[in-house]
Amino acid sequence: MKYSVFAAALLGASAAYADTPELTVYTYDSFVSDWGPGPAVEQAFEAQCDCDLKLVAAGDGAALLARVKLEGARSDADVVLGLDTNLTAAAAATGLFAEHGVTADYSLPLAWEDATFAPYDWGYFAFVHNADAVSVPTNFKALGASDMKIVIQDPRSSTPGLGLLMWVKAAYGDDAPAIWADLADNVVTVTKGWSEAYGLFLDGEADMVLSYTTSPAYHLIAEEDATKAAAAFDEGHYMQVEVAGVLAASDQPELARDFMQFMVSEGFQSVIPTTNWMYPSVTPASGLPEGFETLITPVKSLLLPADEAAALRDGALGEWLDALSQ
Amino acid sequence: MARRAEPISALPGAGAALFVAALILGTLAAVALRAETGRGFAASDWAALRFTLTQAILSAVTSVGLAIGLARALARRRFFGRSALITLLGAPFILPVIVAILGLLSVFGRAGWISQLLMFFGLEPLQIYGLHGVVLAHVFFNLPLATRLILQGWQEIPAERFRLAAQLNAGPRAMWQLLEAPMLRRVVPGALAVVFAICLSSFAVALTLGGGPRATTIELAIYQAFRFDFDLGRAALLSALQLVLTGGAAFVALRVADNDGAGAGLDRVLRRWDGDAPLARGLDAAWIVGAALFLILPLSAVVVSGVSGLLLLNAGVWMAALTSVLVAGLSTLVLLLLALPMAAAVAMGRSTLIEVAGILGLAASPLVIGTGLFIVIYPVADPFALALPVTALVNAVMALPFALRILVPQAREVMMRYGRLALSLDMAGGPFLWRVFLPRMRAQIGFAAGLAAALSMGDLGVITLFADPEVATLPLQVYRLMGAYQMQAAAGAALLLLLLSMGAFWILDRGGRWHAEA
Repeated sequence: MKYSVFAAALLGASAAYADTPELTVYTYDSFVSDWGPGPAVEQAFEAQCDCDLKLVAAGDGAALLARVKLEGARSDADVVLGLDTNLTAAAAATGLFAEHGVTADYSLPLAWEDATFAPYDWGYFAFVHNADAVSVPTNFKALGASDMKIVIQDPRSSTPGLGLLMWVKAAYGDDAPAIWADLADNVVTVTKGWSEAYGLFLDGEADMVLSYTTSPAYHLIAEEDATKAAAAFDEGHYMQVEVAGVLAASDQPELARDFMQFMVSEGFQSVIPTTNWMYPSVTPASGLPEGFETLITPVKSLLLPADEAAALRDGALGEWLDALSQ
Repeated sequence: MARRAEPISALPGAGAALFVAALILGTLAAVALRAETGRGFAASDWAALRFTLTQAILSAVTSVGLAIGLARALARRRFFGRSALITLLGAPFILPVIVAILGLLSVFGRAGWISQLLMFFGLEPLQIYGLHGVVLAHVFFNLPLATRLILQGWQEIPAERFRLAAQLNAGPRAMWQLLEAPMLRRVVPGALAVVFAICLSSFAVALTLGGGPRATTIELAIYQAFRFDFDLGRAALLSALQLVLTGGAAFVALRVADNDGAGAGLDRVLRRWDGDAPLARGLDAAWIVGAALFLILPLSAVVVSGVSGLLLLNAGVWMAALTSVLVAGLSTLVLLLLALPMAAAVAMGRSTLIEVAGILGLAASPLVIGTGLFIVIYPVADPFALALPVTALVNAVMALPFALRILVPQAREVMMRYGRLALSLDMAGGPFLWRVFLPRMRAQIGFAAGLAAALSMGDLGVITLFADPEVATLPLQVYRLMGAYQMQAAAGAALLLLLLSMGAFWILDRGGRWHAEA
């Protein structure tokens, strides 16, 4: 017994269920953590599918895509969950994904027409600050002119960082370089990923951090702490829409499509707000949890179409590098 | 070349070196072969190269420079808590980068303790972000390691030498010229090369404390090539550049190093008669107190923020902790199986290429090795099933350079002093290994094993590529907790990691101590 536990731990071997089909879903780290949506989703789906749902964490959104590219058509994955619209053009271009066939009455602030990727949650990027901060800027120009110190993430290594690039691009287009030039002296530092940046902000290293409008909901609901707020920007907030897709080479295509349809159903959507701390893509019957009504609602939702975002990416990165390397 | 008679064979060492080189270069080749596009070097890559070199050189020189003073003070003094302090010196090195950075910022940051003190007196807060911040963090990480490496050199000077020098009435100056300076000439180049190589592959530290994209290192460029562009060819090219830089530094350091040892002693208790003057005492005390504060304050910040989080830890974290312990144990075993034969082979005058093979592990990007292994393993086996053995193996290779720097000088000493004697007694192979070689290497083996275990415990490299949720290691779990806003629990898990790593280091290092007072 002891030996088998040891061997299982050592090899990470998963139990093989001879007669139950196995569905493998690649996703990002925080999805599968005990505090993430993973455990609840797994339980709810297994209760209805008579199968074994295997959630596999493979880094964040960009790492997921790299992983699928590495494995190619031989991947064990049936579903990839956790890309966002800044990555879907590249993902679709691999030709590894099949149509999802999901039908749903989405509560997104825009019409969803992608046949390859289906959204399971979304949120707005925003700068989060301490609620008692005075004179919080209301747009990028005011932020650039203020002496507020911000921490942002590197777009080369993180999805929020890339989201900020797209936000400035979507709001200001060709004027983006000038915005970045003004912001340069507000940027205390740039981090590799979201965790580092948020940690720095909580430690008091900066006045604001690039995160989501829903971040204050976490503090409010899980910690009963109302000291965090998101700054409302009047040029609008860029959206992150998180999506999943079915791999064309899946050996469980039926089950994979069942999962995709489950993804937009009550069992999945109702746990999203308080586990992934994002808006569900289909609002559950019970509505959003108490506390979400305190969040800011942007006057305008910004989102570049996937192919446009992909086309703008390299140029926007160059502008960002130029401005912040001065 | 005529072969000298040797008490043990150098073949296993050469084999181990070949294995390590094949692993690192092979995975690099595997990545390069999978490359589809590839846009070569961009202007930004040259800027990254310049920044990488600048910060690595500054960090290495500062760390080693300070370490010489600290090691000398530690070598001359015996005081209560000395052994605890030396163990503590292993700590910064094995923390997940983000945890160590947050600890550092609690002390040196804009809202840190020093800044608050400054603002209390109406002064400006510290400005830590920039090149100096990067160097500060690298000194925090590497001063301890450099100190241990150099202290090892001091301890290898037989006590009889100091006894004799004292009998001849040598003062501190003469001691320095006769005993200490020659030893430093032997040890310092290696320490410089190791720290330089570590800083070369810095990424999260440089980015976070560098303050922005100015502080881009080659490692970030490699990461970007993978994550942003999925341009494996460029990633392989940049990795090769990194390997060449480290390999070059290692080669220079090994050439400069003077291999002449200090002679054999009878392992007497070391006493220093030259350091009794009040000035010397005061100076040593200043070094030790200064360094202890520099290292302990940020660590205390980690402890303070983690204590309340310890209660929030759930089964997942404990499971991850168990996994980390298993991986660290396996990794340490693999390390010793590789490092001991290699050290013995180097000691017997085999080519420096073995040493260079050993140091390659420092320069190779874990991302590239991980991806390369993935490409190699994937067609024949399930990478998930191999996640932990692969992590252990890669961690062992990453720890190899440190282990060799620790083991080689003493191995040389043993070979030089006892090799011929053993042969004349017709004592070779097993008996020599068990009765002469290993017992005399005990302290170094313990130190190397402790370091390897601690490093492996704190590593967040390959596991991210191979991880599946059931086999997360503790550092990975820290990141996952932060990603789920569980900052308190993450701080608790980080503290647990610190305790486990320190514990592993302490047990192994302790087991190998040879001077009871060391």
